Amino acid sequence: MISPGRSWREFPQRYRLEAAKCTECEKVLYPPRVACPKCGGTTFEDITLPREGKVVTFTIVRVPPAGFTEQTPLPIAIVELIDGVRIMVQVGDLADPSELEIGMPVRLEFRRISSDGEAGLIFYGHKAVRG
Amino acid sequence: MSVGIVGYGAFIPRRRIKLEEIAKVWGADAPSYRRGLQLNEKSIPGADEDTVTMSVEATRNALARSGGVDPIDIGALYIGSESHPYAVKPSGTIVAEAIGATPDIHIADFEFACKAGTEGMFVAQSLVKAGEVKYAVGIGADTSQGAPGDALEYSAAAGAAAFIFGDDDERVLAEVVDTYSWTTDTPDFWRREYMHYPRHGSRFTGEPAYFRTSMSSARGMMEKAGLEPKDFAHAIFHQPNGKFPMRVGKKLGFTQEQLETGWLSPWLGNTYSGASPIGFTAVLDISDPGDLILLTSFGSGAGSDSFVFRVTDRIEVVRDRASSTRSQLDENQIYVDYGTYAKLRGKIRMGE
Amino acid sequence: MRDVAVVGIGVGDFGELWEKSLRTIWAESALAALSDAGVDSVDLITIGCMSPGLFVGQEHLASLLADELGMAGVPASRVESACASGGLALRTGFAEIASGLSDTVLVTGVEKMTDVDGADATYALGSAADQEWEGFHGITFPGLYAMLARAHMEKYGTTAEQMAAVAVKNHANGLLNPHAQYHLKVTVEDVLESTMVADPLHLFDCSPVTDGAAAVVLTTVERAKALADDRPVVTITGSGLATDTIALANREDLTELAAVRLAAERAYEMAGRKPEDLHVVEVHDCFTIAEIMATEAIGLFDPGYGASAVDDGLTSLSGKIPVNPSGGLKSKGHPVGATGVAQVAEIVAQLRGEAEQRQVEGATVGLAQNMGGSGGTSTVHILEVMA
Repeated sequence: MISPGRSWREFPQRYRLEAAKCTECEKVLYPPRVACPKCGGTTFEDITLPREGKVVTFTIVRVPPAGFTEQTPLPIAIVELIDGVRIMVQVGDLADPSELEIGMPVRLEFRRISSDGEAGLIFYGHKAVRG
Repeated sequence: MSVGIVGYGAFIPRRRIKLEEIAKVWGADAPSYRRGLQLNEKSIPGADEDTVTMSVEATRNALARSGGVDPIDIGALYIGSESHPYAVKPSGTIVAEAIGATPDIHIADFEFACKAGTEGMFVAQSLVKAGEVKYAVGIGADTSQGAPGDALEYSAAAGAAAFIFGDDDERVLAEVVDTYSWTTDTPDFWRREYMHYPRHGSRFTGEPAYFRTSMSSARGMMEKAGLEPKDFAHAIFHQPNGKFPMRVGKKLGFTQEQLETGWLSPWLGNTYSGASPIGFTAVLDISDPGDLILLTSFGSGAGSDSFVFRVTDRIEVVRDRASSTRSQLDENQIYVDYGTYAKLRGKIRMGE
Repeated sequence: MRDVAVVGIGVGDFGELWEKSLRTIWAESALAALSDAGVDSVDLITIGCMSPGLFVGQEHLASLLADELGMAGVPASRVESACASGGLALRTGFAEIASGLSDTVLVTGVEKMTDVDGADATYALGSAADQEWEGFHGITFPGLYAMLARAHMEKYGTTAEQMAAVAVKNHANGLLNPHAQYHLKVTVEDVLESTMVADPLHLFDCSPVTDGAAAVVLTTVERAKALADDRPVVTITGSGLATDTIALANREDLTELAAVRLAAERAYEMAGRKPEDLHVVEVHDCFTIAEIMATEAIGLFDPGYGASAVDDGLTSLSGKIPVNPSGGLKSKGHPVGATGVAQVAEIVAQLRGEAEQRQVEGATVGLAQNMGGSGGTSTVHILEVMA
């Protein structure tokens, strides 16, 4: 369901956490967009997101979507990074999912997110681990 | 301007399995395996970790210690592994893309059993030495497997180490004094295309392969460099189990003290292409300026790459800028049982 | 703007309708609504359907279904806003009559979800979320609402037991609804002991996968009076539509369904009404937490008090302000595109006094709230008995 072209297009955001900062109002957009949702501005500066943050809310997905069976139970959180930007990410390396709590400090590490079966492409990105 | 390492870093996954857990399932005598192999536990990659992900984090650690090397200035990047995620599609390109080193860069993936990491390091430092590139990265990383119930299952582990080579005096933390390789065709351990697990020649893997090759390489290195064991502060050998590196080191004339800092296999397992490189990072984490270090890898098939490094003052400035290898090995571990291990390592036949 | 009346309703059985295709279930409810209205031709057909493409491989429903009714030639359009597609179909029909473009509109909603297996249904439903920045990480629908639940619990102390009480109430109401998918009595223990789907939501906190269709006929008030016989004329006095950020990471406040609040404000303003004026309400309880948050967003209860309201029985059939007398999505079922229309059909039945055992006595003002995705879209409609 993710074509080679689409996965390649997303590398700057998936691999390098590249974001866009609106030159008018300084809002940081991840992923970048054509127009700033805050002020409508259309010029941006390239920036990279910080890799430290904390958990704002989370769940543990126990009935997984296709392609995520081996990673179940799947802890997923909304993380607020230290610059205020919020992203949705999986939380990795939990000895027990019950360790996950609102406010937990995390940092982002490069990990495999999913793959298109055994023969298809592997999709990489970042996950949050305890910081 | 001499060539050397301007940044180094390791990455060890957090999950572990103890030797007893594996022995229990196969009805093996755990205590005798512990003694015979000198292994206690090993690292396991999570379902979301592979050679590429570990290499990215190891290289990020190396960049953190590099005192501001801009990834754009990296002219070459090589990953050596026997567990590249794709049979065809390079690992190096993904790592280079992730660290921001593309597109002005040469990339190749290396393989040669467990010495693929030092191969990448050899080529990287050679390119810098030849003046072809400003910085070059050599990485050794693996998530290799042992067949269920086979002796290798107790040792096959996961980890990565990355080294950025350059020649700017103010950044070099360990100079490359000299290198030497000793290589022959020795069929001790192999895996045919499309086969899942490797096979090996049992006791043939010992004397004729590991010991003959490692010792010839180390002796050849020392002769070429005009050095003796006593000149070195540390020596690191390939670590297929706990026993072999200690035995080969002592046979060559090194002492326990010289060998033990880089000797991680009893608690880490055999990280294949990462093995001697990760051991080397553990040594760099505590070495002193002026220390001479011998690194001698071994890859079945068979070959051995040796390096002599001299640590500079710079090590003390940068070493704490990323997490130490020992802290990754000894802290925050997650122990799993055999069922979880089999699930993570894809040993369970899943539905279509 | 002209006034708009609802003159006919048709709601089919909701459930796993193995023997009926999408066309069949749609046509049956459409004909039932036309018959209830006493109308046999319309100026427009609107169809709310979330994803016929992903569920049955069929797009271009407008042409397909107009033809199915023998109405080829009549203007028709399919509209989509994930689970708010039905409410959007109603809004579209309402706007056409209010603006004078059409006099009589057949508003329908349908979804046929059981022709695909569970994994494909999950994938289709997941397309209501932000595929690239939420779905990519493995989140599921229950997972998104679970995150909202967690935030609500953290801020307001809402408990798993209070969420379970919503399921208990809605199943009790569903027992009285002949068309409901489930006729099942459920206790708080049953909910808490059911499989955990995405912490903290259990299986019984989640609405099911359902096939179903619903339809209503809208027309001008003059025509409605002529068609009425001695039934009360029911009009749509308020219509509100609003969006919110699709991705949860971009929400201003994770404890509020802002799209619902905005849509409700717009509907109340058009109708000249306040929450206190309502007698009966249908909200979008795709998950138990959604009902709690929706009742807060439409102003029935202050933020943080939606959960205790359920505990205190305020929203039960015999309570101060009955919510989801139909059984809600929870027990009635949630054929995605049909839900918004079925909610309105329930309110109309209530206002006509035709809700049988589920009747809320003396109800003359009602509200139906429909929502798409994790709150990315909401419609709110206010209906009243014409004096």
